[in-house]
Amino acid sequence: MNEAVKSHGTGGFSEKTSDMILVVLCSAIVLVVAYPLFYVLVASVSNPYDVYAGKTFLFPSQFTLDGYKAVFADDGILSGYANSIRYTVIGTAFSVIMIYLTAYPLSRRDLPGRKFFSIFFIVTMYFGGGLIPTYLTVKQTGLIDNIWSLFLPGGVAVGNMIIVRNYFENSIPKEMIEAAEIDGASKWTTFIRIVVPLSRSIMAVVVVFSMVAYWNDWFTSMIYLGSDKAPLPLILRNILIKSSASASQASTISGGYAELNKLTEMIKFSSIIVAAAPMLIIYPFVQKYFEKGFMAGAVKG
Amino acid sequence: MNKRRAAAARGNTQRTGHMVLRAGEKSLRQRILSNWQLYAMLAIPVLLTVIYKYIPMYGIQMAFRNYKASRGMWGSEWVGLKWFQRFFGSPNCFRMIKNTLVLSFYSLLWSFPIPVILALMINQLRFKRFKRTVQTVLYAPHFISVMVVCGMIRIFLSPSGGLINLLLGSSVDFLSEASAFRTIYIASSIWQDAGWGIIVYMATLSSIDTSQYEAAKIDGASMFQRIRYIDVPELIPTVVLMLIMSAGSLMNVGFEKVWLLQTDLNKAASDVIAVYVYQQGIENAKYSYSTAVGLFNTVVNVILLIAVNRISKKISEDVSFI
Repeated sequence: MNEAVKSHGTGGFSEKTSDMILVVLCSAIVLVVAYPLFYVLVASVSNPYDVYAGKTFLFPSQFTLDGYKAVFADDGILSGYANSIRYTVIGTAFSVIMIYLTAYPLSRRDLPGRKFFSIFFIVTMYFGGGLIPTYLTVKQTGLIDNIWSLFLPGGVAVGNMIIVRNYFENSIPKEMIEAAEIDGASKWTTFIRIVVPLSRSIMAVVVVFSMVAYWNDWFTSMIYLGSDKAPLPLILRNILIKSSASASQASTISGGYAELNKLTEMIKFSSIIVAAAPMLIIYPFVQKYFEKGFMAGAVKG
Repeated sequence: MNKRRAAAARGNTQRTGHMVLRAGEKSLRQRILSNWQLYAMLAIPVLLTVIYKYIPMYGIQMAFRNYKASRGMWGSEWVGLKWFQRFFGSPNCFRMIKNTLVLSFYSLLWSFPIPVILALMINQLRFKRFKRTVQTVLYAPHFISVMVVCGMIRIFLSPSGGLINLLLGSSVDFLSEASAFRTIYIASSIWQDAGWGIIVYMATLSSIDTSQYEAAKIDGASMFQRIRYIDVPELIPTVVLMLIMSAGSLMNVGFEKVWLLQTDLNKAASDVIAVYVYQQGIENAKYSYSTAVGLFNTVVNVILLIAVNRISKKISEDVSFI
């Protein structure tokens, strides 16, 4: 009955039908997006020869965890993993501190020179010195083969900083800050005691953004760091892009060339899962804050 | 306490002109002093930005010099446009410019509208849980490293047993076909980032008052009509803004992905300026030459950015850049 009322839209479907079409369409899109990852997951626990024979479109074939065992027995991958975790932890802490130290002063409308500093930072989003001048500057400051070359040259992540600044401006009641300062609190105290605790949701967003950036970065490490400091993605480059077995694999396998070949193929799938999993597990926890961040960040108003 | 308010009020007028600023000079000094903690907070970020962003910008002048490590960035001989002439005289120069422009233009053409359409669709989903699940899945590929994505592309496109060849029943080595390169590059970019791209639009759409939809429903508007007459007008300013921002980086072909997918055989389509800048600069240590080529790329970008900004200002009054 309800439907009868709703269905007389000119040239359109009834409410229920269009809802159905939409759900079907969206489900199809979801399947298309998720399938490549699902396929790799299934392949990672299957016999690689069955994968290449097309027997694993939906279910694993000859279930095995050997690929994962090999990944976690590989010294190169393990050290890459350890390096990636280290860079992600230090980089995220450093980056979020820099973002907060910049965003708070710039959110204070009573700060003389606020506009100058805003432009000073925003310019670097659109113009830069380019690859070589930046490389030479990093070199001159003695950071080659030093892990701080991953953190210091990035300076302030301006896009994230703007998201946080706008959140400070729009979502933290000015009255609270004013009241605290009238009561004699210093600007630093209001920052630590009021602004930081009240901005947990946006902090979660920039923490995740920074983590993803550091976890997935490899170019910076490739040009500034020696190979012993390579993060996981660079190690994966040898496995996935160059398709070469690492020396430590070759020495640990006793089954001869065919066995090594099989394992090399399996490691491709399992290493993809191992590299992608941490971020894929983390981001859904802060997903509900993403829109809020972009609302404040990308479009003012 | 009123002093603070007054200072804040003066802070507002200060931005309107230097006259006011001069008149209140003494209080400006007081305000600077009373804000010393805020300036102290800015000290390290400003210092890092000067060292690692502004000094390299100044260092761009090495594009006009013959950089010698022994003489440093400022002491090397001035050679004018020599490196630019060399670049424009190099055999692959126009192929690289063309590849860069074509690849980024097609990327924009295909990648830009999809998030808009997706956002309009997902915004109409009524079951909150389903909507969230759809968003979660669509965001996922964005969180995967380009390295891993390129690894997946190589596996899927492998001529022996790659997913695509299994599905097509063929055994084509797509990565050695120059004609397939752009499709591979753009399709994988859409897979990775179209879902993430909806966020900005979803945020804009979430500001629409739901009572508008109810009213439209009562008036008999179909879902398509609600999208057409309520959502689309709301979304247009954001779309224009995003278009300007993407057009400004039209020449910024992602170095990482092209470099990882490049093979000797697909170079006819994958040879782009960004990769050349890297190879000449880092691999061959031709610092000045590489900087000059990179600078050319940046200049084209800036011109495009300004042009698109002008055009869009004419189209819509209330949208402008930054």
